[in-house]
Amino acid sequence: MARLVLTWWIPLLILQSFLLAIAFGSNEVEEEFNEALLLKPLPDRKVLAHFHFENRAPPSNSHGRHHHLFPKAISQLVKKFRVKEMELSFTQGRWNHEHWGGFDPLSSMNAKPVGVELWAVFDVPHSEVDTSWKNLTHALSGLFCASINFLESSTSYASPTWGFGRSSDKLRYGSLPREAVCTENLTPWLKLLPCRDKDGISALMDRPSVYRGFYHSQRLHLSMVDSGEEGLGSGMVLEQSLTVVLQPDTVSVEKHLQPSWSLSSLFGRKVVGKCVLAKSSNVYLQMEGLKNADPEKTHTLWKSAEFELSIEPDRTLRELSSFLYIFNIDKSSDSEPFDLGFTWKLPSKWLCKQAPLHASRFLMGSGNERGAIAILLKATESPERDITNGCTIKANVFQIFPWYVKVYYHTLQIFVDQQQNTSSEVFKKINVSPSTDKMSSGMMEMMLELPCEVKSAAISIEYDKGFLHIDEYPPDANQGFDIPSALISFPDHHASLDFKEELSTLPLLSKFKDKSLVRSYTEVLLVPLTTPDFSMPYNVITITCTVFALYFGSLLNTLRRRIGEEERFLKSKAGKKTGGLKQLLSRITAKIRGRPVESSSSSESPEAAQSSVLSRKLLFRIMLVAVAAAAWQYFSTDK
Amino acid sequence: MTKDDGELADEQKKKKKPSGFWIWALSSVLLRLILISFSGNLNLSSRPEVSTPLTSIRRLAEGYWLKQASMSPYAGSMYHGSPLLLSLLGPLTVQRINGQPSHLFCSLVFVIADILSAMLLRGIGQKLQVAYGLNARLLGLLKSPRDKGILPCGDISALVYLWNPFTIVCCVGLSTSPVENLAVILALNGAVTRRVPLAAFGLVMASHLSLYPAILTIPVIFLLGFGLDAPPLKLFLHTRNVESENRSTSSSSKQAKSKPTAHLPFLWRTVVHFVFWVLVWSLCVLVLCGLSLSKYGGLEEMFKSTYGFILSIEDLSPNIGVFWYFFAEVFDFFRSFFLMVFHVNILFMLLPLAIRLKHRPCFLAFIYLAISSLLKSYPSVGDSALYLSLWALFVNELADMKFSFFLFCGYLGVSLLSPVMHNLWIWRGTGNANFYFGNAIGYACFQIVFVVESVSAMLNHDRALKRCNPNHQKVKN
Repeated sequence: MARLVLTWWIPLLILQSFLLAIAFGSNEVEEEFNEALLLKPLPDRKVLAHFHFENRAPPSNSHGRHHHLFPKAISQLVKKFRVKEMELSFTQGRWNHEHWGGFDPLSSMNAKPVGVELWAVFDVPHSEVDTSWKNLTHALSGLFCASINFLESSTSYASPTWGFGRSSDKLRYGSLPREAVCTENLTPWLKLLPCRDKDGISALMDRPSVYRGFYHSQRLHLSMVDSGEEGLGSGMVLEQSLTVVLQPDTVSVEKHLQPSWSLSSLFGRKVVGKCVLAKSSNVYLQMEGLKNADPEKTHTLWKSAEFELSIEPDRTLRELSSFLYIFNIDKSSDSEPFDLGFTWKLPSKWLCKQAPLHASRFLMGSGNERGAIAILLKATESPERDITNGCTIKANVFQIFPWYVKVYYHTLQIFVDQQQNTSSEVFKKINVSPSTDKMSSGMMEMMLELPCEVKSAAISIEYDKGFLHIDEYPPDANQGFDIPSALISFPDHHASLDFKEELSTLPLLSKFKDKSLVRSYTEVLLVPLTTPDFSMPYNVITITCTVFALYFGSLLNTLRRRIGEEERFLKSKAGKKTGGLKQLLSRITAKIRGRPVESSSSSESPEAAQSSVLSRKLLFRIMLVAVAAAAWQYFSTDK
Repeated sequence: MTKDDGELADEQKKKKKPSGFWIWALSSVLLRLILISFSGNLNLSSRPEVSTPLTSIRRLAEGYWLKQASMSPYAGSMYHGSPLLLSLLGPLTVQRINGQPSHLFCSLVFVIADILSAMLLRGIGQKLQVAYGLNARLLGLLKSPRDKGILPCGDISALVYLWNPFTIVCCVGLSTSPVENLAVILALNGAVTRRVPLAAFGLVMASHLSLYPAILTIPVIFLLGFGLDAPPLKLFLHTRNVESENRSTSSSSKQAKSKPTAHLPFLWRTVVHFVFWVLVWSLCVLVLCGLSLSKYGGLEEMFKSTYGFILSIEDLSPNIGVFWYFFAEVFDFFRSFFLMVFHVNILFMLLPLAIRLKHRPCFLAFIYLAISSLLKSYPSVGDSALYLSLWALFVNELADMKFSFFLFCGYLGVSLLSPVMHNLWIWRGTGNANFYFGNAIGYACFQIVFVVESVSAMLNHDRALKRCNPNHQKVKN
């Protein structure tokens, strides 16, 4: 009977679930994945390649824990720690702001400090933010095979208020300047892509050529998109980008001619078809500073007197100062791989757009006791600066100090054009949270307002170097300690590429069209700290304890020592009458025995007296030990 | 208080040749002023021997800055001093005169503190000198009140304080230890001159500024209860027949005479009075601190970052003590054990010393200060300056101290070698931490020898008194 019921029910259940799936699947937006590669010749004979992968999970509540394309590991992170926004970057090398640009979206988003940088905004109550951060660092550490878990300790992260450019009180920021970035970090990062590095644009990532570059930054940005609808969860957008600056190794015939390159010469591989799961798969080439560019003849621009592309672009877009060629790699296949070549015909020189001020940071002073940190802001040849009266440049400086760099904030000085300036003129806002020894790191946020005609501005602050316990030194203690990069951002300046066309179908370009805050990171500073002798703990402990024993022993000896005369005096006294201690003892023993106190000297013979005293002493000692043992027994059993 | 003939004689002596002391004192002040104008070049304020985390003026300025920026002065583990000192010296750290070295006003405050300390020391010394002369006469060792044998220990001590290179370096090097020393000397002066509120005030301030002077409660109570330093009472009992004329250095000895027992009467009333005043002043200090910190962490934070910082030895930057290196090297799981052992080391010695030296409370205070300077968590040469000048108060008693030349050379050598070793280690990088630590160990050893020899010299002095006493000889025979 029961069997019959079951056989009826099972097909029904299956049918029902199938219908449900169809019903929900129809009205929901699909998860989508886009891949893109942006190539850009740089003025200093290098080529920038920017891989960009975007993974969108639309707001929904029907998926539960299942995704088609979106990496499950990341969605679990988001669900578990309630991350609202997060960015993780692994970087090697330093972005050259002068030659590679400082005022375009590419540099403001992808020029990252050396090592690992992580920031995250959480959607949890204030009291739980730190816990979430700690758990997140551990999870990411496991996910990306990196020591991100070092950011867990409160001495390595900070909570910026406004200096980071994102004002949220649930933001945590931390960076590890010394983290070495290598292929073991790239592999888990690639694992998040639907096609990994097997197909599509990511197949270009040949490890040796990627890591041979001058700059390498691998970034992961996660943000939540609120659906706005009631009942629906929020969608997730995962952007993964890898920015590399490579030197084309073609031997140029002419000295002044920029080196020509192709995808296969840069990466040693070619693109053979798109990732089939990707919605769009494009390669872009951005050319800056074309002199004789005629906006009318955009379709012929790919083959000019200056340079030549090997493949005709599908589309050409024009921006204020640059051209963008778009190639679609849908057509490429195994037999006909996509291999974009770029050949220079004439020597060419151009300048990148610069941030209003170029920031650099250095240490002052020598020795291992104290020093000073200076941040130097130098004016650049920025074209769009109108030097009129009252024009100002705003700059935010955000800096984290580890606790062993003990900063004296009262020594903060600013020199504008080498003239010392009183703070109130230039500092619009300043927010300081001083570091606590071994507890938390210090943070400094400053808003500077400098006149436009400023040539240079230098901020200096003095510090004392801390002395650490031997266990707190890393294995290579004499190498020194790294101070994380300072972040200089310009709140009034936003970088964007100004395309005329509507570009919603091309996620990378629509991203570039959005305004992004111009920011630049300074160098990482290496501060050598004094080391104790690591081989000496036992010696130090024994020597110090000997000195204290010397003190205690000799002083006590001096206090209780009697010279010969006093000894004799005491002895004669003792001969006359019993000592105080003896009397006391006899009194106690008498009380214990219940007999009246007997005078030890007179009645009995001296020997008997001595023996009785001895036996009494012995008895007393035995009793004392017994009492102690009983007390010990009592207290130990009590517990 | 009535001036007896000894004191009058002393006054007359002063009138005869007032010039010597004052010329030397003034010249020391001049030297300080000259050095202050060069202090920027001397860079003394950053020497680890001069400024410890507790006494550094830079940290004080940082605390003041934080307070002005409406943050707690204790935020950021920079400042560890008293909030009262912060409100006193803080405004002076910001004021600057063009062309003058920074912190000029602070330096002047420290110079004034030094002068005041010297004057108070002189007052203590004069009292002690009178008492010494009187006692000697009572014991029949000294016939004439104008005996040239008694050295003017007040003047000597004041000059030792003013001319001690350690004091000068501390004053010019902008460490707050002159103020701490002033508070300690104030307490002693108050106790010696029997001004109970003053003694209580000095003691409370000194303990508030640097915790360790709290152990001076014992000698101050002895001073108030038993009176000034005197040879052991037994000697007077033996010489009771000599002791017929008036003897009124202190009321205690008056009572001692009236009741010829083996025990010295203890002036409970004065001591209760003292305890009352201590409570009053502590309350005042706490209320003031609480008011100045009311917007921030309050008193709890203050105790945590002043006394807590002293007791837990968190800062491991080098100084002339030995704890910094010890706690930088010691294994973490032994840390709390050794912390306890080292702090208890000071307390262990208090009682034996108090029992043995109860008839000499001033000397006891000197020994306590020397011990605390030896076992302090963040010692500086300012502490040595204080106990060395107190030592000079007992030139009469300690005339035949052993090893004094050896000790002098030791102190000199350590103070010359310490900057050299520090330079080699920190600035040149050619030496390592053991160079400086070895120096610190040497300094600790010299201080130990100094303390032990002082105590034994004082005990020997008492023995010698006993031996010289003709009545005592009679009793013995």
